[in-house]
Formats: sequence, structure tokens, C-alpha cells
Amino acid sequence: MSFFARFAQNRGALVGLIILLLIIAMAILAPLLFPESPWRMVQRPFLPPLSQDGFPLGTDTMGRNVASGLMHGAWVSLLIGLVSTSVALLIGVPLGAIAGYYGGIIDDILMRFTEFFQTIPNFALAIVLVAIMQPSITSIVLAIAIVSWPPVARLVRAEFMSLRNREYVEAARLVGQSNTTIILRQILPNTLSPIIVLASLMVATAILLESALSFLGLGDPNVMSWGYMIGAARTVIRQAWWLSFFPGVAILLTVLALNLVGEGLDDALNPKLSRER
Amino acid sequence: MPITENPSADTVLSIRDLNIALPKGADRALAVEDVSYEVKRGEIMCVVGESGSGKSMAANAVMGLLPKGVNATHGEILFEGQDLLALTEKQHRALRGLKIGMIFQEPMTALNPLMRVGAQIAEVFEAHGQFTPKERQARALELLIEVGIPQPEKAIRAYPFELSGGQRQRVMIAMALALEPILLIADEPTTALDVTTQAQILELIRDLQQRRGMSVMFITHDFGVVAEIANRVCVMRHGKIVELGDAKSVLEKPQDAYTQALIAAIPSNAVPPHRETSQVAPLLEIKQLNKVFRSRGGFLKPSREVRALEDVSLTLARGETVGIVGESGSGKSTLGRCVVRLEHPDSGELLLDGVNLSQLKGDALRRERHRVQMIFQDPYASLNPRTKVGMAIAQGPIANGTPKAAALKQAGELLDMVGLGASAVERFPHEFSGGQRQRIGIARALALNPELIVADEAVSALDVSIQAQVLELLEELKQRLSLSLLFITHDLRVAAHICDRIVVMQHGRIVEQGSAEQIFLAPKEAYTQDLLKAIPGREAPVAATA
Repeated sequence: MSFFARFAQNRGALVGLIILLLIIAMAILAPLLFPESPWRMVQRPFLPPLSQDGFPLGTDTMGRNVASGLMHGAWVSLLIGLVSTSVALLIGVPLGAIAGYYGGIIDDILMRFTEFFQTIPNFALAIVLVAIMQPSITSIVLAIAIVSWPPVARLVRAEFMSLRNREYVEAARLVGQSNTTIILRQILPNTLSPIIVLASLMVATAILLESALSFLGLGDPNVMSWGYMIGAARTVIRQAWWLSFFPGVAILLTVLALNLVGEGLDDALNPKLSRER
Repeated sequence: MPITENPSADTVLSIRDLNIALPKGADRALAVEDVSYEVKRGEIMCVVGESGSGKSMAANAVMGLLPKGVNATHGEILFEGQDLLALTEKQHRALRGLKIGMIFQEPMTALNPLMRVGAQIAEVFEAHGQFTPKERQARALELLIEVGIPQPEKAIRAYPFELSGGQRQRVMIAMALALEPILLIADEPTTALDVTTQAQILELIRDLQQRRGMSVMFITHDFGVVAEIANRVCVMRHGKIVELGDAKSVLEKPQDAYTQALIAAIPSNAVPPHRETSQVAPLLEIKQLNKVFRSRGGFLKPSREVRALEDVSLTLARGETVGIVGESGSGKSTLGRCVVRLEHPDSGELLLDGVNLSQLKGDALRRERHRVQMIFQDPYASLNPRTKVGMAIAQGPIANGTPKAAALKQAGELLDMVGLGASAVERFPHEFSGGQRQRIGIARALALNPELIVADEAVSALDVSIQAQVLELLEELKQRLSLSLLFITHDLRVAAHICDRIVVMQHGRIVEQGSAEQIFLAPKEAYTQDLLKAIPGREAPVAATA
């Protein structure tokens, strides 16, 4: 059975994938459907949804097109979520793998280093980092990655510690495989399921974290993001519900879709589960 | 025609035409099919079968402990005139412990680790609302004395982890006996125990059964145990009864081919055949090997030392099979792991064809690794679930520089040789049964053309008939490839089957070594004699029908 067929057996995952593809399509089509900058004021402010042609979701406090903002924002939110998670995995997985596999003093040093990051509250650290580096997409991605890798390292370390003494790892050691090969070929594939589940959750938290930063005014001033839209609409939430509602739903759907896809990937990658069904 | 028997007056438990259905998608529709047998007053009824034979299912139905989704669909279980299948959960609970006691296989997991032994026994009385708390403690102590725990006053205040496996099983028996049940169900109660402990527990069960006039339903996979303890035997296979009758007649004149095969598969009182001991130069020489395990002490906690190997010396000639026999904690596995260098010995020499392996490290060690390979105990844990079987075998040669395509081709040939067929290359380990997985493990060990293979309890996790097949395969490969084997086992019967020489270990030391024949027929040391005596069913089966 092909990989996709196994993936598609999980209905939820298929729904998640479709939602995710729609959001990606939104991001790609944004410049075509709304060639004007989402920051431009194009109508009178506080136009409710569906009240005028060309403005299906209405306009915001400054008269900017909400639909245009939503579509352009999809690009930023997805980019930040995916890139910062990848960076966090690139830091966390190797650190956790090395600490868990070798143990002893190497483990002690790496874990104290990890704990140093864990003791500082995530969000506070992210704010400080963005403030120091000047708000821009790069600095936001870096800041989110830096605050979110420690859980990855700890998870991977725990998995490695429990797997490194399995008989099949010992068998690999016996036939003379090098430590690098054992880490990459024997142990890492068996830790993939929890890593994928964690990563899909991390993309979700990264999107939320970016929203929170933008909400506080620490977003990249040049790009429209869902977080910025919610943040800007907070003062008028009682007069103009649609300003925070649509970006909110967009974040909810993206996070949900990512979680569903993560779960489906986990099932599809697990040879045992997929063949027994 | 299913095998049945007629009920009589002294029947305690009678199972009639029982069908138990498995949930959809299981490997067969019925776990138990048309099963009828009974347990008479004051007898030990042994239900024997291999894993998956449904032997435990009927017992679970008696206790009302069938797993979720598994239901009895037909038949009845009569106990004191009541049909147990018709009882509500509440009625069943009143019966459990009070009229029917049960002992499980793994005493460590069956006991609550955070509760003192005395409290756990007292809990049985409490559950049925009997006695005052003070009386309960007194009864608990009496029971512990009855099951023969050393220092019962101390044991009653002990936690389960402070007791040995045998002592824990005695506590379980005390709990099962607390309310003087009429029927005791023992589900593989000695499988997790050492031979000598097993012999003691079997004697205890037989003794208690006679003293109290109880009936015992004893579930086991081991015909040796059956010969030791049973009055009557019921042999099951694939959920059906294949043979039912007196222990004596079943053991001496088994009618069914399957029973015959099972009995033949255990070399119970087999004397190892005389084998020519070769006089060639030794392949492996172990000299004064020592290994101490130290647990890291903490603040105010002294570190602990376990001397796993003390001055162990032995030799193994090319083409010879040496068995290392001992009970758990004897250091036999540590010895094996030192020889393949998964452990680093503290001192001593490991000479393989003159090269000392004991102090090699890092890359130097990795280059020598291919010379000694290992067959692991657990066929489920020893194969990477995400690696295809062919790759699992080929990874050794690949790591040692063979091109991938050639290594995979060789893997196919090896799989053919161990009787699985080259098509197995493309499949994942979970598609194979335990015995087949062990064959894969053997193929992997052979892939590097090692000079020596260490087999650590290589057949202990397998059913008897599968065990016999794997041993046969090893024997055949040994002849064909003139392998040298270091065979580590707790089971003397298995050792007798395959070893040229046997080394007996206890507490990290070698107690006795000699040719297999010598060890079995004329053991010199008291410990070896004890071990041999403890083999279940060693004396002729007639002895069991007391």
C-alpha cells in the first residue's frame, strides 16, 4: 500500500490536509486576487461583512479590506509556523539525540544548557529577543525557534534513553555499525511518531506566539499577519466583531488542520499500525 | 466429535460445550470451541497448550475476567450447581476469592508495589467483610507461615520488591488461599521462576492441595510440570481439546499426534548423547574474567556493588558448543555480554584465536566485532520494528564494507538457509511469528561469518514445539557451517539437547564444568545436583500419579 493510501485511511488526516491545502492556496492566490497592499485604506472604516461588493468580510478600523488582510496574512502565519518549527527541530533533535544516546557527562552538560532556556518563561524571552533584534520576520522566526526547542530536546532525549538499550540497538552495535549510523538509522526512525506529533503542535503554538507578538505590536511592521489583525481589533471587539472573528477562525482552522495532519502522518509512518488495519 | 466426559458426584467445576468468541479481525473466530472438561474434588487438573491455544481463556471465563470484546457465546460453566456465565458482575465478585482463588504468572505485577505484604493479604478478608482488622493481620501471618515464607514476621511487613520471585509467588498463593476456596486456578504460576524455585512452588501447591482437599486447575505450557503435578490432563490446541485423561495414560500413552509431538519435544529425562570432544586448540579462552556492577550512590546513600563475574575462566574449542547454565542472577548473561563486548569487563582476558578482545575500545573494537555475534533472547525486541528484515540482516555486512546490493542478496540466501524463503527480505518484522523472528535473528548473526556465536537464552521465549524446531535448525547449521556456539540458558533440558560441554554458574562463579554427559550423569557439586533434581518431570511420569 502506498504511503498516501495509508495516510488517507485516517479520515481526520484527510480533512486536515484539505484545510491545509486551502490555506496554502489562499496564501498563493493572495497577490492575484488582491493585488493591492492589504495595508491600503480602500473604503470607509467599519464596513460590515457582505454589505458591499468586493468587501465580503468588511473593512477594519482604518478602512482596510479584511478579506485581503486574511489572505495575505495566511502566507506570513504559515511561513513563521513552519520555518520556526523546522529551526527548533534542527536545534532540539540533535541535542536530545546526543544527550540521550551518550548519557553521562555529555548528557549532564547538554541538559543543564537546555534547562537554562527552560527556566525563562517562553513568552517573556521571545519578547526580549524580538525587541533586541528589531521586529522583522527573521527575528520573529528566530525568537520563536529559540524559545521552543527545549521540549523537543527533552522528548528526543527521553526516547533515546529508553531505546538505546533495546536488543536491536545492541545487535546493531554488535555488527559494527558506527554510533552515527545507529543514531540515524536505528533509533531516530523509532522516535519519529512523538516528534511528528510534537512538531505539528509546535507549528500551531508558533502561529499563536506570532499572533501574540503582533498583538503586542512586536510584529513585522511591513507584513500583514492574523495576529496583527486580532491585536488591532481588540479595542473595537464590541462594535466590530468581524475584525477579530475571521482571523481567529483562520488560526483555529490552521492549528486544527496541522494537528490532524500530524496524527495522520504518525499513523502512516508506523509500519505496524498501518498493515494491521 | 469433541472430547467430553460424564459428570459425576464429586465434580467441583464442570465446563460444558463452551464457546468463547474473539472480536472481529482476530486470527480465528473462536478462542475456545466446544470445550468440555471438569475438575473433580481434590484433584489437580492440568490444562496444557502452547501460546494461543486458548488454555487460559476458559479459566478467565470461570473467574468472570474475560477481556473486553471477548464473550462466551455458547455452553455453560457449572460451579456448585450455578452457571457462572449467567452471573452478574456483582455475584461474580462475591465468588472470586471466596470460593475460587487464582494465582497469576507474574507475581511482581500481580502485587501492589506500594503496599506491605500483610496489608495485601488482609485486603482479601476486607473485600469480603470478614474479621476485624486485628484478626486479619493474625490470619495473614498464619497464611504466610503455611506457605512457608522464611521469617514470616518480617515478611508480613515487607514490600513486594523486598522479596524474591519465589517468595512473591508464595504471597500470591497465600492471598489466593486466604478464604479457603474450593477451587484454585493457577495460570502459569511457575513460568517466571527459576527451576529450583519452581520445584519448591510446585511442591507447595501439591502439598496445600492435599492438606486442604482443594481442587486445582493448573494452566501450563510445560509437560515437565504436568508430569510433576497433574492427576488429570487436558491438552488444548487452537481452542479445541485434543486429548483428555489421566496424567499417567496421557503422558505414557498419548493418543493424539499433537500430544505425542509435544511430549517428544521436551527431552525430559533425556541423557545427552556421548559426543566426541575435540582436542583442537581453543578458539575462545576466557581467563580470570571479572565484572562488578556499581550503582551510583546518592546523598546519604552508599553505592551498591554486585559482583556479576568473579574469576571466570573457560575455554571453547573450534566447532564446539559450550552451554552456560545457571539461574537468574548467576552472571551467565553478563558473561555472554562480556564475550560479545556489549559489557566492558573490569579485568581478565578474552582471547579469541589469540587476540585479546577484553580491553579493546572505540574503532579498534568495532573492527573486531564481526568475529563474535549474538542471538538475542527476545524475538520481539531484537528486531527494529521499522527496518525491513532484509536490511536488518544486511546492515552488518554493509557496516563492514560490503556493497548494499550484494549484502541484500546474501541476506536473501541466509533467510533461505534458516527456512524462511528469500521473499522475506521485503517484509517487516511484525509480520512474522516469534519462532520465525528468532530464525531472522539467527540469519543476522550468521551474516558476518562470525567465528563464534553467543546465543543468550535464544529459545526460552518460544513454545516447546517451536523451541524444538529452532534447536534443530541450530544443530543443523552447526554441522553444516561448523559453528562454535556459546549457548547461555537457564533450562538444563535445552542444554542437554545441544551442548557438547556444560558450565554451571552460580553467584558469578563457575561451580562445575564438564562434558554434557558428565554433568547429567555424574554431577559432582551439590548445586548441580539440586539443579538437575529440580528439572520438572525428570523422574518417570509415573511418579506424578501419587
